[in-house]
Amino acid sequence: MVELRLPQNSRIGVGKTFHAAPDAKNVKRFKIYRWSPDDDRNPVTDTYEVDLDKIGPMVLDALIYIKNEIDPTLSFRRSCREGVCGSCAMNIDGHNTLACLKYIKDINSDVPIYPLPHMPVVKDLIPDLSGPYAQLREIDPWLKADTPPPPDKERLQSEDERKKLDGLYECVLCFCCSTSCPSYWWNGDKYLGPAVLLAAMRWVSDSRDEYAGERLSELEDSMRLYACRTIMNCTQTCPKGLNPAKAIAELKHLQVERKM
Amino acid sequence: MSDIRETFYVGHTSDGSLKKRPMSPHLQVYKPIPSMTLSILNRVTGAALSFGSAIMVAWLASAAKGPKSFKKVQKLTGSFPGQLVLFGFSVSFFLHFIRGIRHLVWDSTAKRLEKEEINKDSKIDIISITALTLGLWTIIIGKRLRKKKK
Repeated sequence: MVELRLPQNSRIGVGKTFHAAPDAKNVKRFKIYRWSPDDDRNPVTDTYEVDLDKIGPMVLDALIYIKNEIDPTLSFRRSCREGVCGSCAMNIDGHNTLACLKYIKDINSDVPIYPLPHMPVVKDLIPDLSGPYAQLREIDPWLKADTPPPPDKERLQSEDERKKLDGLYECVLCFCCSTSCPSYWWNGDKYLGPAVLLAAMRWVSDSRDEYAGERLSELEDSMRLYACRTIMNCTQTCPKGLNPAKAIAELKHLQVERKM
Repeated sequence: MSDIRETFYVGHTSDGSLKKRPMSPHLQVYKPIPSMTLSILNRVTGAALSFGSAIMVAWLASAAKGPKSFKKVQKLTGSFPGQLVLFGFSVSFFLHFIRGIRHLVWDSTAKRLEKEEINKDSKIDIISITALTLGLWTIIIGKRLRKKKK
């Protein structure tokens, strides 16, 4: 449902400011969303002044510096620090991206950091992604085939068949796209969202998969697939440069084509 | 109708008691992009146009009723607030029209969907909406001025 305002318990107040050392020369302010289930209060944004001369170039470097040197209570997910794991997805400077791929120097003002939008917050920058994960399970994201593979080798693909998976298989499931989508904000209980639909397209496009028809039938629904209103925030925000909007448009196309 | 996502808003504190989780900010923090704004405006203008067409029907109905009632409605639409509403109606019309064509292209061809194309087309659409609206009102105002001279 469309609810433009945040619920009462989610409105954001102003928190503390952690000042940089007086001799710091290259200071940048990071305004970070904070909420803990153990504090009896609404979320706030804390301000951290970070000396950029002491850290690496990425927003994740700043977050790690803050946690190690300024405030150990700050919570966020991170792992690979090179855009492969998808853990550090968050809303930085108004757009969803991976903190490890976002250069601090690309942000001219203070750096506002929030969790992925319109999600339940577990703590600070950690959203609960159970919803999108459950939706991913729903599309059976694995190879389905009744024909057994050849006994002496794996299932082979031609180069052209393999090429059809480019731009689809690279998704790291960070859910930057799904949580950037207003349609997913309002209808995320029924609409599968760009990340899951991109994954669906990946399996529909696989020459070795024998269930494309069934997969398309599962998606043919006014909400699951067609709640995509081509807002395009998904494609604009994907930190891996993939194009979920196009994958969804192609799924819609396949729905029509198979009936002709 | 309840939203199944409500279940994910049930969290717990460190001592195990239940605690309602907040919702992370969305519209409040998401920086608008032209493609996003145009999409939202497409929805808004669609709603506005349905009201606009009611004005159109009132105008036509009054004309059918007779010169007296037509004059009344003309006076209303000719007034300054009336003209503002009509201007809004024309902007809404052109935005919805141009973006309708854009949607037709996307849905029927699955093309022009690369990021660079989306951004370029957003600019083209904004320019054409502005040009069409200004063009229409230049013609209208021009005609009025010519009438006054006579």
